[in-house]
Amino acid sequence: MSALSTAEQTPGGAGAREKIAPARAPLAVQLVDAEARIGEHVIWSEVNISIAAGEFAAILGPNGSGKTTLLRVLLGELALARGTASVLGRPPGDSTGQIGYLPQRRHFDAGTRIRGVDLVGLGLDGARWGLPLRRSTGKRVDEVIELVGASDYARRPIGALSGGEQQRLLIAQALVSQPRLLILDEPLDSLDLPNQSAVAALLERIRRQQGVAVLLVAHDVNPLLSYLDRVVYFGAGRAVVGAPREVITAATLSRLYGAPVEVLQTADGRLVVVGLPEAPAHHSDRHAHP
Amino acid sequence: MLIPSVLAEAGPSLDLISDLRQLTTYPFMVNALAAGSIVALMAGVVGWFMVLRRQSFAGHTLSVMAFPGATGALLVGLSAPTGYFFFCGTAALLIGGAEGPDRRRNPAQASAVTGTVQAFGLACGFLFLSLYQGVLANYETLLFGTFLGITHEQVLTLAIVAAVTLACLAIAGRPLLFASVDEGVARAHGVPTRALAMGFLLLLGLAVAATAQITGALLVFALLVAPAATAQLITPRIGLSLVLTVAIGISITWVGLGLAYFYNYPVGFYITSVAFVVYVVVRVGRSAVDSPTLLHRRAQAAHAGA
Repeated sequence: MSALSTAEQTPGGAGAREKIAPARAPLAVQLVDAEARIGEHVIWSEVNISIAAGEFAAILGPNGSGKTTLLRVLLGELALARGTASVLGRPPGDSTGQIGYLPQRRHFDAGTRIRGVDLVGLGLDGARWGLPLRRSTGKRVDEVIELVGASDYARRPIGALSGGEQQRLLIAQALVSQPRLLILDEPLDSLDLPNQSAVAALLERIRRQQGVAVLLVAHDVNPLLSYLDRVVYFGAGRAVVGAPREVITAATLSRLYGAPVEVLQTADGRLVVVGLPEAPAHHSDRHAHP
Repeated sequence: MLIPSVLAEAGPSLDLISDLRQLTTYPFMVNALAAGSIVALMAGVVGWFMVLRRQSFAGHTLSVMAFPGATGALLVGLSAPTGYFFFCGTAALLIGGAEGPDRRRNPAQASAVTGTVQAFGLACGFLFLSLYQGVLANYETLLFGTFLGITHEQVLTLAIVAAVTLACLAIAGRPLLFASVDEGVARAHGVPTRALAMGFLLLLGLAVAATAQITGALLVFALLVAPAATAQLITPRIGLSLVLTVAIGISITWVGLGLAYFYNYPVGFYITSVAFVVYVVVRVGRSAVDSPTLLHRRAQAAHAGA
C-alpha cells in the first residue's frame, strides 16, 4: 500500500502536483498494520495508510466506522493498540506545531462578540502565556485571511457571520501557523451545497499554493471528488486506501463489507453508494454516502 | 447601607467640580470611592472573561457564597475574610469539578450542580445565622454591602488582591481567551483548558470574596456582569472592550456613590440601577444598529460605492 502512495511514485495522474513535495519529505501520515481500540472494543484493525506530503486525502465511511478515531490517533489523543503510526515523520502528538486542526463543526452564536481576525490570531499565539500584546502577528493574520477570502468580514463579530463565513475564518485559523498538514473533521458538514463546493475548492487552492497536505473527514465525497488524491474508506472494522475512483467501486466496497454494495454514477459524475450495511443510503445529494 | 445625607450640607449643586469636592470632603467617602474603583477595576476584568465564558451563573453562585462565608465565620469565631475565602473557594472547586473534563460537553449538569451549590450555600448561611445566638448587627449589609466605615487597611488589602488577580489574568489572559472562545482547538494547541477553567473559577472566587466584604454579595455580582456585558455589546475588539468594561464599571460606581451621598437611599440600589439602565440603553442601541433593514441598507450603500 505504501509503495503505491509515495510522492515519487505518482508523477502523473491524480498525483501530479504543481508544487512537487521534496523527494525526501516525510510522509504526511503513515499507519502500518494499525489497530485502534476504545476500551476493549476494537474500532478497526490491519489498517495501512500512507499519505504523502502535499496530498489531498479524504476519510470516508459510515457513522461509527472509526473516522474520527483515526484523527484522534493522528493527533496523539489515542494510542494504537497495535502497529505503528507516524505524522510528518514523527510519532503522533510530537509535531502538533506543524498540524493545523479543525475539529468537527463549531458554531459561534450571536453571543460571541469576538472579531474573526482575533480568533484567527489565536491560532498563532493563543497558547502563549504572558501579557497579551500582539507581536507582529498582524501581518501573517491578514495574509491568511486574504488567502481564504474572508477580508470583507474578518473584522465583524464572528457570531454575526454565516456558517460558510465562519468556516473560512476557522480554516484561516488552522492555517495561520503555516502547518504542513491540515486535519479537518467534517468541514463541509452543515454547509449548503454552494458553500460545500466553495470550501472544497478553497482547500484545494490552499493545498496547491501552500504545499500543505490536507486530510479531512467527509460525509459526502462528491464536492471533493475532483481534487482528491486518495481516499481512506472505513467499514466493517477495516479500511481500504487508494485513488477515489479505485476505492469507491462496487467491487472494492463489496469486498470491504463482505456484502453486496452498489455504486451508482450520475450523469454529472457524482458517486452514490447504495446498500451500506451500517448506514442506510439517503437519496438526497447532501447525505448520499459516497 | 445608607450614607447619612445629613453630612451633605445641601443637595448636589450640579456643578461637577464643586460636587466632586464636596464628595471627597470626608475621609470615609474618599475610602469608599477608592475601594469602589478598585472593585470596579478587578470585577470588571474578571467579569469580562466570565461573560465571555458564559459563566455568569457560576459567578452569581460564588457571589452569594459570601453570605454563608460571613455568617459561618461569625458562628465559629473566625475572622470574616477567612469565612469568605473558605466558602467562595470551596464553591469554586465544586463547580469546577462538576464541569467535567470538557466544559461544553455537559453544560446541563454543570449548571444543575452550580444551582444546587447556590441553594445549599444560601441554606447554610441561614442556618449559621439562626444558630448564632448573639446579635448580628446589620446582616443585610452581607447582601447589600456597606461603603461606610471602610478603613484604609481594607482599601490596601483590596488593592493587593486586585493586583494579584490582574497579574494572573495578564499572564494567563491569552490562553484563557483561547480556551474560552474555542476550547477544542485551544486544547489541540496545547492549552491546558481544564486547569485554566479551574484556575479561573478560583480567581473568580478570590475576587468575589475580597470585594463582597465591602460591596455585599449582590452588588459584586452587578459589578462583575453588567460592565462586561455592556462593553462586549458595544465592541468586538478585545482591548477596547476591556478598557470600556473598566471605564463603565468605575463610572457607575462613582455615579452610584455620588447619588447615595446626596440622596438618602442605599448605594447598592443606585449602582445596580445605573448599571442596568446603561446595559438596556446599549442593548437597544445594538439591536437597532444590527437590525436587518439597516444592515441591508448599509450593504447596499457599500455595494453602490464599490
